[in-house]
Amino acid sequence: MNQIGSMPSWAIWAVLAFFILVMAGIIFIRSKRGKDNLHRGTTAFASPYTLWMIIFTVLPCLLIGYYAFTDSTGTFTLQNFAHFWDSNYAKNELYMQYGPEAAALIRRGTVNVDTLTYSLWMALLCTIICLILAYPTAMIMADRELKMSSAIVVLFVVPMWMNFLLRTIAWMSILEDQGLINQLLSALGMPKAQLMYNNNAVLLGMVYNFLPFMVFPIYTVLGKMDYKLHEAAQDLGANSFQTFIRVTAPLSLPGVISGITMVFMPSVTTFFIPRILGGGNTMMFGDLIESKFLTEGDWNVGSALSLIMMVLILISLGILRKADPEGEGGGLM
Amino acid sequence: MRKFIKRFYLVIILLFLYIPIIVMIAQSFNAGKSRAVWEGFSFRWYAELFADSAIINALSVTLTIALLSAVISTILGTLAAIGIHAMKKRPQAMMMTITNIPMTMPDIVTGISLMLLFMFAKVGRGYWTMLLAHITFDTPYVILSVLPKLRQMNSHSYEAALDLGATPRYGLTHVILPQIMPGVITGCLLAFTLSLDDFTVSYFTTSPLIQNLSTLIYSKARIGIEPTLNALSALMFAVLLLLLVVVNYRAAKVEKAQQGQ
Amino acid sequence: MKKLTSVLLALVLVFASLALPAAAENAGVVNVFNWEDYICEDVLQMFEQETGIKVNYMRFTTNEDMMVQVRADSSKFDVVFPSDYCIERLAAEGLLEEIDFSKITNFNQIADNLLNPDYDKENKYSIPYMWGTVGILYNSTMVKEPITSWASLFDGSYPNNIFMMDSIRDSMGVALKYLGYSMNSKNPLELEAAKEVLVKQKKDGLVKAYQVDETKDKMVAGEAALGVMWTGDALYAIDLNPDLEYVIPEEGSNIWVDGMVIPKNAENYENALKFIDFLCRPDIAKMNCEEIWYSCPNKGAIELMGSDYIDNLDINPPEEIIEKCEFFSDVNDVLPIYTALWNEVKNSK
Repeated sequence: MNQIGSMPSWAIWAVLAFFILVMAGIIFIRSKRGKDNLHRGTTAFASPYTLWMIIFTVLPCLLIGYYAFTDSTGTFTLQNFAHFWDSNYAKNELYMQYGPEAAALIRRGTVNVDTLTYSLWMALLCTIICLILAYPTAMIMADRELKMSSAIVVLFVVPMWMNFLLRTIAWMSILEDQGLINQLLSALGMPKAQLMYNNNAVLLGMVYNFLPFMVFPIYTVLGKMDYKLHEAAQDLGANSFQTFIRVTAPLSLPGVISGITMVFMPSVTTFFIPRILGGGNTMMFGDLIESKFLTEGDWNVGSALSLIMMVLILISLGILRKADPEGEGGGLM
Repeated sequence: MRKFIKRFYLVIILLFLYIPIIVMIAQSFNAGKSRAVWEGFSFRWYAELFADSAIINALSVTLTIALLSAVISTILGTLAAIGIHAMKKRPQAMMMTITNIPMTMPDIVTGISLMLLFMFAKVGRGYWTMLLAHITFDTPYVILSVLPKLRQMNSHSYEAALDLGATPRYGLTHVILPQIMPGVITGCLLAFTLSLDDFTVSYFTTSPLIQNLSTLIYSKARIGIEPTLNALSALMFAVLLLLLVVVNYRAAKVEKAQQGQ
Repeated sequence: MKKLTSVLLALVLVFASLALPAAAENAGVVNVFNWEDYICEDVLQMFEQETGIKVNYMRFTTNEDMMVQVRADSSKFDVVFPSDYCIERLAAEGLLEEIDFSKITNFNQIADNLLNPDYDKENKYSIPYMWGTVGILYNSTMVKEPITSWASLFDGSYPNNIFMMDSIRDSMGVALKYLGYSMNSKNPLELEAAKEVLVKQKKDGLVKAYQVDETKDKMVAGEAALGVMWTGDALYAIDLNPDLEYVIPEEGSNIWVDGMVIPKNAENYENALKFIDFLCRPDIAKMNCEEIWYSCPNKGAIELMGSDYIDNLDINPPEEIIEKCEFFSDVNDVLPIYTALWNEVKNSK
């Protein structure tokens, strides 16, 4: 734990610079005293944050870009993206030097592309399942006839306080061959089922972790909805199905979109869950990026993969924004 | 009947969310180490928990970082929100874009980009880098919880205070802050929770030496998780639940008192 | 509100005092980077008590993960425990400090056959810590007949009942050995053939999971019939579940040595020497061997353990088995081939 004691000198400088800036901001405001108005003076309050974000968000993003477009010597190259397209790129280059027998083995490697499509597919499945499970849940929670107390929301928040790694590991003890479900099955005289180490287990883990993020935004929107619209629709002769299709569903769209964003984005880059529940049989894009950095130590290709990931997420965010231009979905709270 | 089906559905979903937690808590009372075999009731793992220096260290790292990052990001974020609120349209839009970056970026990319920054700057990763990273991903959430309150606020009250001779600092602490306090508190709690539960960003921004609970659990998960960690989360769960009940009870009491008047 | 703030502040202070240890004593610290589950924890306390040097103990899972960390900042660690081929690699990259052998008073305890090894020919950079083999751990209640060959992993007799290692060199090595090739093959045709074997094994649904440290506890619980494992982990599991048996397949296997090295620019070089010397002390080496079940390079410790150690044929395999085994050597020039092939195996469905 010695690192805590000795704060690195640069950090001291950073903190100092930070406070100098805060002071400068305050002095700046004071100097304007008298003729000050809200729209001039207080903007300086944002300056420490601006500086912070430049150092810790903008700069790191630029660094990813830098590594993605350079090779290990620091010269500009597009090779890292070729590595993404052909995961055998480095191998094939070696084979070319090895004579005709090896050259015959040159093939494009699809590992990276496959992993990406697999992750997108899994994230899509996870989002759809979450939506199917969460929408009725949110409707029931917001149902006025049932008179749910607001404490019901808390019931959905509470599980998220437990460390998500531990909760995922707890699923392992339920699904294992010697786990709870299989113990129950064999006690009932039924054959054991293979529940873990496959896609379904990974999917289950993902749905489990992300479900609340779909429930909250939909519930928020449904809860705020003007109930008179329902009554009006029914007074005008709509049955409950028509009311749902014509009134409830369209009005809840912002919540649904917000939910999709909050589930799809993080689930594309899930890592850890495939390793614990999938037994390392499958790899998600997050696992791939992690192994590029921490096992192969290849920052350049790893950065290129991260950049591709970011671009994909920005594109899908753009599409979702189109569907909900007002951004009314609301967040977690 | 329809009501019954609705309630039943809700119970099933809640059961799905709670089953692993129930299993975890049950395991923390298991006398044996095995995940699957019940060997009798015992407090053994709770006793071992307090003797395990690695876990206690990780707990203190987790809690200090959560508290420090929540406090710092609340100050940073509240000031920033006030500033951004006062900005003209264009710079405001730009600031919001920057604020949105860490929220839309996947955790793993945030973690890796910060790791690259620290390595690029030749900074040894550890406690302080983890704290910096946590402040970075906490602050935007504080801003987003404070901004709506600022929009609801009457912007003339601050100007009025200044016209009446208040200093800007006095105006800030006595006029703006009280009005946006609920948002500030929400932001602070959100920041604390996010920091407490973070794994991915911490994983990339710390060294193997400084572990918080998440990274400790991650490394333990590979060699078979010990029930001590289950005991710890059961304890944390109980404390949070107790807090929640107390808060709810008080809120209910206040409400009742108000109704009574 | 004020009350809440002061309570929060007090909490921060309390926990900060927990997180911030008292400034290390004058004797300083030593930063140790070792494998997961690879030491007797009491040894660390004994070292701290005897020398007053505080041990900062960190863990890794595979050689490859460790190498990335050491390359990123070698000064962060004072003592690291890489395997043979990684010692060769790290030395070639200039990341190791030469060991001052005059300070290692217990060096004479190291077995003669492990001195001047191929991976460190002049014996400048490393001192052996443990050695062992790779083999198959199997559950005798779940197999039809005793396992003797790597073929059992690939011939389809145990569908969905095998744990493979999530480690490039170990898993590729097993497949190469099964095909009768060297585990250090650099021949593209042989390597591609090995990949095909592993891909087929996965596609046929023989493999239950790819993992490393998780395997031993799962084998104890009876989650699978066969697991590819290192000696120590296997013996640890056998100790907990007597149905388990360990075998070094007849085709031969990998034999390895994990050494202790000091990375370049280590901040606490002198303390690192003291720590290494301490681990070479026979009584300490004995404690470690008995705790983690690996084979011991320390003559004095073997003498102390006596027949418990010498008669255990898993831990102390006979000469004819050792002769069939092979050390890993550095294959850095063809590493992209290994990496790409392994990724293909992991990605196949």
